[in-house]
Amino acid sequence: MSIIKGDFIDNLPKVYGLYTGGFVIFILLMAILEQAGLGADTIGILFVAFTVVIYAAIGWLSRTMQVDAYYVAGRQVPAVFNGMATAADWMSGASFVAMAGGIYFGGHGYIAFVVGWTGGYVLVASLMAPYLRKFGCYTVPDFIGTRYGGNLARFLAVCVLTLASFTYVTAQINATGTIASRALQIPFEVGVWFGLLGILLCSMLGGMRAVTWTQVAQYIVLIIAYVVPVIWMSNKQGFGLIPQLVYGDAVMRLGELETLHGVGTKPTEAFAGLKALTVAHYEAGTTFAAKWKFVTLVFCMMAGTASLPHILMRYFTTPSVKAARQSVAWSLFFIFLLYFTAPALATFTKLQVLDPNLATGIIGKAITEVNALDWIQKWSNVGFLAISDSNGDGILQINEFFMRGDIVVLATPEIAGLPYVISGLVAAGGMAAAMSTADGLLLAIANALSHDLYYKIIDPKADTKHRLIVARVLLIVIGAAAAFVASMKLTSILGAVAWAFDFAMSGLFFPLVLGVWWKRANRQGAIAGMFFGLLTGTWYLYMVKWGGMEPWLYIDHLRFGIIGAAVSLVAMIVVSLATAEPDEETQRMVDEVRIPKGESVLSSTH
Amino acid sequence: MTDVDQSTREAHWAKTKGLMITTLIIWFIFSYLVHWFADSLNNVTFLGFPLGFYMAAQGSLVIFVVLIFWFARRQHSIDVEHGVAEDEDKPSGRWN
Repeated sequence: MSIIKGDFIDNLPKVYGLYTGGFVIFILLMAILEQAGLGADTIGILFVAFTVVIYAAIGWLSRTMQVDAYYVAGRQVPAVFNGMATAADWMSGASFVAMAGGIYFGGHGYIAFVVGWTGGYVLVASLMAPYLRKFGCYTVPDFIGTRYGGNLARFLAVCVLTLASFTYVTAQINATGTIASRALQIPFEVGVWFGLLGILLCSMLGGMRAVTWTQVAQYIVLIIAYVVPVIWMSNKQGFGLIPQLVYGDAVMRLGELETLHGVGTKPTEAFAGLKALTVAHYEAGTTFAAKWKFVTLVFCMMAGTASLPHILMRYFTTPSVKAARQSVAWSLFFIFLLYFTAPALATFTKLQVLDPNLATGIIGKAITEVNALDWIQKWSNVGFLAISDSNGDGILQINEFFMRGDIVVLATPEIAGLPYVISGLVAAGGMAAAMSTADGLLLAIANALSHDLYYKIIDPKADTKHRLIVARVLLIVIGAAAAFVASMKLTSILGAVAWAFDFAMSGLFFPLVLGVWWKRANRQGAIAGMFFGLLTGTWYLYMVKWGGMEPWLYIDHLRFGIIGAAVSLVAMIVVSLATAEPDEETQRMVDEVRIPKGESVLSSTH
Repeated sequence: MTDVDQSTREAHWAKTKGLMITTLIIWFIFSYLVHWFADSLNNVTFLGFPLGFYMAAQGSLVIFVVLIFWFARRQHSIDVEHGVAEDEDKPSGRWN
C-alpha cells in the first residue's frame, strides 16, 4: 500500500512543513554534536547519508504500477509544489556548486548565465507549458509525434531529447560522484556509482510520482544549504538579515580593492584547472564583441530552457492548464531565491579574500602567514588551490593566488570561519541539487525511450505491466551508461551543461513553438527542422571545438545553438510551405490545444 | 471537439497572441536591451549598486518573476472572458 494518495495531496503543506522542521532539528543536533567534539568527517558523512536515506524512503513510499502515475504523477501536483520540484529539477550541481565561482572569476560577463537561466521561464510560460499541458502528452516526443504525426518525427524528437539530456546527466552524475567521494571519503570512481544508486532509488519504483515528491524534499534541503551560509557570513560582516538587498556597498568596495590590488595583471605562472582573478567584478564590457557575447549567451540559455524536456515534462503533472501557468511562475520564484543569492555569495567571498581590513583578507599579507591558514592548507592538499610567490617578494599578490571556482561555494564556510556543521550542510545541498536534476534527466530519457520508442513505435500492443518494466530497465541501463561516461571524467561540469541547452534548442525549440503557434507547420517541416537543426548545430560545435574553425561572429562552442536553431527555423518554414498543409484533423487538434476548456487531446491513459 | 464556436476561438486567440507579444516585448527589454547598455548604466547608482550590475544580478530576475505571475493572471482572465476557461469541477483548493 502506498501512503501517497488521496489526502496526501491535501496534507502537503503539513507533510513538508514537518519535514523541514525535522531537517532543521537535524542541523541543530549536528551543531550540538560538533560542540561535543564529533569529528568534521563524521558530520559530513551523517549529513549526506541522512538526506539520501530520506529521499530513498520517499521514493519507496511513492512506488506505483499505474501508467499515469508513473509518467505524469497522476496529474495532481499542485502549482506551488510543482514549482518547488521544478526548481530542484532545474538547479543542478552546476548552479549550486559552480555558479557563484563562475561569477567570482567571470564578473558581469558570467552573470549572462543567471539572466539566461531565469528569463527562459518567460518563454516556457508564454509559448509552451500551458499548451503542452492541454495536449495531455506523457513526454515531449509524444507531443511532436501526435501533433505532426508519423514515427519519423517522433523518433527524431527522441534523438534530440536523448542527446541533450544525456550530455547533461553525465555532468550531474559527475557532480554527485565528486560530492559523495569528498563527504564519504571514497574514491571518485566509487562515488559515481554510489551517487547513481541514490538517484535510482528515488526514481525507479515510482517514476514521475516518486521523483516529484523527492524533488520537493531536495529543494528544501538545497535552498536552506545555499542561503544559510550567505546570511551567516553577511551578518558577521554587518550586512544584515537579507544581504541580497544591501550588498551594493560590497560591490562598490570591490571596485576600489581591484584598483588597489591591481586586478587584471596577468599571472606569470599557471596551474592546471586553477585560475587567478583577472576580471573586474561589476564592470561591463564596452566593446561590441563583449555586449554581443553577453546577449547571445543569454539567448542560448533561454531558448535551451524552453526546449529541455526534463523541465517541460514537469508541467505535464499539474491538475489543470491554469495550474501549469501558475506553476511556471512559482518555479521561477523558487529558482530566483537561489539565483539572486549567487552573485551576493560571490561578492562576499571575494570581499573576504581581498579586503585587507578584514581578518580573513589574504591578498597583501605575507606568504608564510597565508600558508599557515587551515583552509589554505586543506584545499591546496586536494589540489583545489595553489599559492606561489611568482615575484619572490614574500607578499601574496592577486596574480599569485590560484583556485578552482567550485571552492567559492564549498569552502566559503571555512574561509569565513563558520562551524563545520555548515560545510556538512553545503555538501548535503550540493548532493540534493545534483541528484534531483539527474533524476529528472534520467526519467526524461527513459520515459521517451519506453513510451515513444518502445510502446508507440516498436510494440503498440504492449500491456501496462510490460511497459512499466521496460521503463525501469531502461532507467537502470541509461543510468549505468551515464555513470560509466562520468567516471571517465571527459568534460568539466559547466561545458557539458551549456552544450545540453544548445543541443535542445537546435533540435526542439522551433518544432515545439511552431507546433502550437503556426497551424501551417506540417510533418515534413518539423522533420526537416529537427534533422537539419541538430545536424548543423552538432557540425558547428565539432568545427569550432575540435575542427579548428574560427568562430563566426563570436559564436563559440557555448553558443552553437544559435546556428542550429536558425537553420532549424528556416528549414521548418521553407519545407512546410513547399509541402501540403496539415489535414483538417491536425488543424482542429491545434485549435483544441489553444483553449484550456475541454478534454485533453490525448486521453489520460494512452 | 469542445463546443466553442469559431468566432469565439478567433477572438480568444487574437487576445492571447496580443498578451504573448506584450509579454515577450517586456522580456526582450530586460533580457537583452538593458544588458546591452550595462556599461553606461554602471555609472548610475541604484540602492547602492552600480545599476548595470544590479540589473543582471537581480533587477531582471525580479521583473521575470513578476512578469510570469502577471501573465498567468491576465491569460486566465482572457480565458474566462471568452468562456474557454477550464470547468471548475477539477480539484482546485488553496494549493492548486
